[in-house]
Amino acid sequence: MKYLSISIVAIALLAGTAFAEDKIATLRDAAITETLSPPAMAPAVNTHLKQVRNYPEQPPLIPHKIDGYQVDLNANKCLTCHSRAAVGESQAPMISITHFMDREGQFLASVSPRRFFCNQCHVTQAEARPLIENTFVDIDTLLKQ
Amino acid sequence: MWSIIKRFWHVMRTPSVHYSLGFLTAGGFIAGIIFWGGFNTAMEVANTETFCISCHEMRDNVFAELKSTIHYTNRSGVRATCPDCHVPHEWTNKVARKMAASKEVFGMLVGSINTREKFLEKRLVLAQHEWARFKANDSLECRNCHSEESMDFTRQSKRAAEAHERFLVPGEKTCIDCHKGIAHELPDMKAVAAAQQ
Ligand code: HEC
Ligand code: HEC
Ligand code: HEC
Repeated sequence: MKYLSISIVAIALLAGTAFAEDKIATLRDAAITETLSPPAMAPAVNTHLKQVRNYPEQPPLIPHKIDGYQVDLNANKCLTCHSRAAVGESQAPMISITHFMDREGQFLASVSPRRFFCNQCHVTQAEARPLIENTFVDIDTLLKQ
Repeated sequence: MWSIIKRFWHVMRTPSVHYSLGFLTAGGFIAGIIFWGGFNTAMEVANTETFCISCHEMRDNVFAELKSTIHYTNRSGVRATCPDCHVPHEWTNKVARKMAASKEVFGMLVGSINTREKFLEKRLVLAQHEWARFKANDSLECRNCHSEESMDFTRQSKRAAEAHERFLVPGEKTCIDCHKGIAHELPDMKAVAAAQQ
């Protein structure tokens, strides 16, 4: 019993210090009654320049802001420029042919429902300091190492 | 009926016995001002956002959606209210729009969109009326605030500048062709041809 309580205290202390060092809250680290002010949102990168993919299968990043773009059952603002029919006017890259495939690999006439919600894979980028250091290197760098 | 008209005509034709011509003219003039002023004042009252969102149909649907858009809050603090986009400035157009609006008020009284579901069902038709109006007047209400001449394309994002240079400047398209859903959520767009979205 004694050992148990000591170890509980030890764990609690450890957890406490871990929390203090680590600034990233995976859970809400404040009393439930407190209103937290979230960090300011960085504006999305809006250069319209294609960004290098980190690996070939990576869904391309969105190089422009998408504030207020409606993507739901009624409308898909992304497709008003990126759909097959629209790219002539918009000169935006067309959604890839894989986006027309259903899960059986059958090609549909237009975008497949499972690809409809663009932001599940495609995201904008922000000029922000990474919260956690990332050691990822792409394959070319890896081969040279 | 005919006799009433005849009697009215007779009274109107007989010169006044009690009042001078000057009094009658001035009186008519003043009464005219009062009616005219009253009419326009009533129109001004009905031309405010407060009036537009005094019914819950507008407050709970389109107004609630407007609140998160750039035309409600933005860094410069200049905002667009309902009449800025929905009521023409010119007097004859304004009166015409008001007469159409009376039909909408009637719709409210009989509750044609008094629930969110009913509203969403009617939304495509309502939106199409607005698109047709913007298309017909070359997006006049947008241009009341956004002048094409004052747009500095070099300060716009590349995408915006290219689209505006290619289609707006030659007059091939107007604002509403590309900026549908700028202030409210869009209705089901499947019925709207892809090229027109
Ligand atoms: C009462 C004036 C007014 C009217 C009317 C108006 N706008 Fe705006 N609009 C503004 C203001 C103010 C801004 C925000 C400017 C800023 O701070 O960047 C804005 C911003 C915009 C933007 C930029 C959106 C973004 O995310 O950067 C677009 C697009 C736009 N308006 C289109 C329209 C269209 C289309 C119409 C007509 C249906 C319209 N506006 C009518 C005042 C108006
Ligand atoms: C050919 C289509 C097209 C037409 C016509 C058009 N726009 Fe745009 N506009 C765009 C695109 C594309 C963007 C950039 C993407 C976005 O903001 O969603 C844009 C962006 C804007 C912006 C934001 C500027 C920026 O730097 O991002 C404003 C303001 C604007 N438009 C106003 C208007 C007004 C007002 C009209 C009518 C006088 C108009 N547009 C007509 C396609 C168009
Ligand atoms: C910046 C311009 C703008 C402002 C401000 C604005 N609207 Fe609209 N409104 C539009 C456009 C454009 C449409 C056409 C449908 C679309 O593209 O979303 C529309 C459509 C509508 C419709 C038809 C149904 C629908 O959603 O399509 C209603 C009703 C409406 N507006 C009411 C209002 C009310 C009430 C306000 C004020 C709280 C308001 N609007 C403010 C531009 C505006």
